[in-house]
Amino acid sequence: MSPMPITITVNGRERRADASPRMTLIDFLRDTLGLTGSHIGCEHGVCGACSVLLDGEPIRACLMFAVQTDGLSITTVEGLANESGELNAIQDAFWETHALQCGYCTPGMLIAAQALLAENNNPSDAEIREAISGNLCRCTGYQQIVDAIKLAATTLSTERANA
Amino acid sequence: MKSAAFDYVRPSSLDEVCSHLAKGDDEFEWKILAGGQTLVPLMAMRLARPTHLIDINRIDALQGVDITVERVVIGAATRQRVLERTPGLDKALPLLAKALPHVGHIQTRNRGTIGGSIAHADSSAEIPLVTLVLDGAVTLKRSAGERVVAIGDLFLGPMETTIQPDELMVSIELPVWNPPVGHGIGAGFHEMAPRKGDFAIASAAAQIELDADGVCIRAAIGVGGCAPTPLKLATAEAALIGHTPDEARIADAVLTANDQIDPESTLQANADYRRRVCPELAKRAILDAVADAKTAKTKAAS
Repeated sequence: MSPMPITITVNGRERRADASPRMTLIDFLRDTLGLTGSHIGCEHGVCGACSVLLDGEPIRACLMFAVQTDGLSITTVEGLANESGELNAIQDAFWETHALQCGYCTPGMLIAAQALLAENNNPSDAEIREAISGNLCRCTGYQQIVDAIKLAATTLSTERANA
Repeated sequence: MKSAAFDYVRPSSLDEVCSHLAKGDDEFEWKILAGGQTLVPLMAMRLARPTHLIDINRIDALQGVDITVERVVIGAATRQRVLERTPGLDKALPLLAKALPHVGHIQTRNRGTIGGSIAHADSSAEIPLVTLVLDGAVTLKRSAGERVVAIGDLFLGPMETTIQPDELMVSIELPVWNPPVGHGIGAGFHEMAPRKGDFAIASAAAQIELDADGVCIRAAIGVGGCAPTPLKLATAEAALIGHTPDEARIADAVLTANDQIDPESTLQANADYRRRVCPELAKRAILDAVADAKTAKTKAAS
């Protein structure tokens, strides 16, 4: 029950801190490391607002204890933009298509989209909806979010073609 | 929504896990933490309050999928997403391959394990249903030794199994159907949930083998969410075997399920509704399985 030392790589930076076994990864990221970009919604694995990438795969950060991630690598929404703070193609597409209103679900949606586009260059509508099916949005609805991910896929393909 | 305090250990061997499990008594509950996709919500809601968690996520012996001609052996802590992406799974276990995309969401399948889903024995969960229907078995280990238990002898009720508190599930074994040339195998899985990925109100699974004349010679059929445990519908299976499974025969076969199902009323659906949905879902699953088996048969013939 006493705090345990852990070392994890978050957004490419190694971070060391102590965590009580019962502290969830999302609380550790937000409260201990000050990375408040990932949100806390339901705290029991339903809403997807706390989604982060664990070794590249999207997971719910409220369903892992921080001590479990010792030695592993996490990417949060703060890790999506580049060093200078310029939005990445997915973030930019969300802005462009008005894919957020209150913004509560947005970090989770961005992480889900990031994971999808990392393995699928040209997802269909059905594949996009499947990828964000574990993330709840209560205001814009899902259509603009789907539009944003399609736009991001196009932008990324163009960038790849020009590269 | 925060878990009660607990102590945490992360052993690196099965023997270490078993020696920890053996320490459990009336005062201290040592519980296994696998994917955490069921246990951690239960802990957050204080429905579970283990005093000690044994994290088995870094034990290599519990990971992996081994597909042979006769059987598939899955390490108990293999991620659902890893299994879903395993090449050849659709050929070896078509029903499991069809059911896995229905399990939760990508984020939960990335952590959730096959063994964890079976151990939690949710009547409406896909993996307990499919492994039951396919006559699977699990290997359980304790310090004193191992035993193999058929999935059919595992489930007692919701969240209740015959796994003992000092036992660790090591692997799951499922038989592969090997049809002779000219035969075809097909699978169908249907479920009804308020939203995709939510807990299913009811579900149905079917795997069918047709011979060269289109006669059903092997059938595995079951339903979930319609009783305290998932159910294997042996009478429906028997009603199809030896016959050409046309729609009328399938409709009659699934009606035999009415004697077996014993659904509860919940907020989402009352018992009467489940009684009506269950045979319909079973019918759809069998129809899909038969259609698939016919296609497989034609492909094999050409």
